[in-house]
Amino acid sequence: MAFFGIFALIPLVGVVYFSMVKWNGMGTPQWVGFDNWSASLTDKTTLNAIKLSLIVMVVTWGVQTPISLLLGVFMAGRQRYRAVLSVLYFLPLLFSSAAIGIIFKSMVDPNFGLFSHIPVRWLQQSYLSPTLALPTVMFVITWAFVPFHSLLYQAGVRQIPQTMYEAAMIDGASPWKQFWSITIPQLKYTIVTSSTLQLVGALTYFDLFYVMTQGGPGDATRILPLHMYITGFKSFDYGRSAVISVILAVVGLTLSLTLNKLSGTGKMESQQEGI
Amino acid sequence: MAQRKKLLTGRTRPNLLGGAFGWLWLIIILVPIYYGILASFRTQGEYYASNPLVPPSSLNMRAYKLVIENDFGRYLMNSVIITVGTVVILLFVSILGAYAIVRGQSKASQRLFRLVLLGLAIPAQATIVPLYYMIVKMGLYDTLIALILPGVGFGIPITILILVNFVRDIPGELFESMTVDGAGSWRTMLSLVLPLARPALVTVGIYDALQVWNGFLFPLVLTGKPEVRVLPYSLFTYQGEHGADQPAILAAVIVSCLPILALYIVGRRQLVAGLTAGFGK
Repeated sequence: MAFFGIFALIPLVGVVYFSMVKWNGMGTPQWVGFDNWSASLTDKTTLNAIKLSLIVMVVTWGVQTPISLLLGVFMAGRQRYRAVLSVLYFLPLLFSSAAIGIIFKSMVDPNFGLFSHIPVRWLQQSYLSPTLALPTVMFVITWAFVPFHSLLYQAGVRQIPQTMYEAAMIDGASPWKQFWSITIPQLKYTIVTSSTLQLVGALTYFDLFYVMTQGGPGDATRILPLHMYITGFKSFDYGRSAVISVILAVVGLTLSLTLNKLSGTGKMESQQEGI
Repeated sequence: MAQRKKLLTGRTRPNLLGGAFGWLWLIIILVPIYYGILASFRTQGEYYASNPLVPPSSLNMRAYKLVIENDFGRYLMNSVIITVGTVVILLFVSILGAYAIVRGQSKASQRLFRLVLLGLAIPAQATIVPLYYMIVKMGLYDTLIALILPGVGFGIPITILILVNFVRDIPGELFESMTVDGAGSWRTMLSLVLPLARPALVTVGIYDALQVWNGFLFPLVLTGKPEVRVLPYSLFTYQGEHGADQPAILAAVIVSCLPILALYIVGRRQLVAGLTAGFGK
């Protein structure tokens, strides 16, 4: 028995160690106290990264949730053609984020991509320009992650007892009303889970941004994880990079604990990186 | 027609809206994939000149040949090694851990469990600097082990959580009867817990495997030389090296997703269950 405990313990302590060691790793061998912190928190780029991350978090959540919900409800139907559609919806999940980033980067190429051949003026844009880069990547995020969340909603909808709808039908409730007063309330738990995953997940979007924009042009898409990476592994300022890590970890932890409390579903399932 | 179908199946949700939206979404999903597949079958000249949505007059395999000649096999092997390595260690450690947490009612094991759960909420990215530091200090930089160890570390929380929920559902009498029969912890593990937990192991194993397989940040930070490159990262470096050869890059993308596609065709149900492991309750 103790053997199991010890055997499992070492990697467990490893996890904790990974999560704690950043305090020591800060300011590499030399102890600089809070210098890194004060420098980072007054740094324009860092503040900009925080702002961008918040935008990404809120916008992708706001866009993905209704789409996934609608699709999930739609996929839960038993008709044959919907089953076929569901199989196709699943396709983005087969690609790694890096692969998705590359396809889209090629597709939105202003000279040779998809839109360069469509003779509609306003579609021929430079989609990775300073103003459009962020919306473009957020669209790609939606493309990549909606399938996963709609799977969650599909599973949620399937668990709603059919009798509730039958009762509503007898009462003469319109489909629209049924949707709002049965489907949505019954999906409460799924909505919270999916939202938690999206919001915390937004802190970890890295691959897509890295492949598509590398944070550019300028700092237009330099969200927190990218900023952390560039600060640490491109500018070799690991101390400052670790500060951003701590911000990320604290925000992630607070966010999932808060959402967890709000939902009252004593479960903490909130980590998801780049499926 | 749609109306009648609705009546027949007794379904009354707002289907028209959902239906229109469903088809629209299908187009959005398919266009990029369609675009990528078509482009990968073009010659470079064709790629620059032709309409991206019109199929090429003949399927050109040049891009695929180039990808396969380009050490693709090695990257695939590396990806397989780290995925299998991570999942095997992860499942082994986690099932022992889950067993200890469920059956060992000591305070320590409960505290451990809470600690593990805390790990769920911390984004792996946030630990990348100390992790890098440790890996370099341990002399593991540029090895496949450097990719396996963190994968195990960050996979543990979700894996243990799911397995604990599962092992908890095994009736206590079964454990007791094993003890009465004089079976030790190991035997109980092997002949009771393992067989019963198999579905959960498969599900969570697939989930973990996908995480590792698609991982990008760890390979980017913890490895450098081409010998230990894994698939997703190789796509990125490939893009850097063959910047102008879009068909080849897209062919690499298509080839890189074939293993998962195969898995999807063979075991759709398990894959879907694995993807939503623990979330889709």
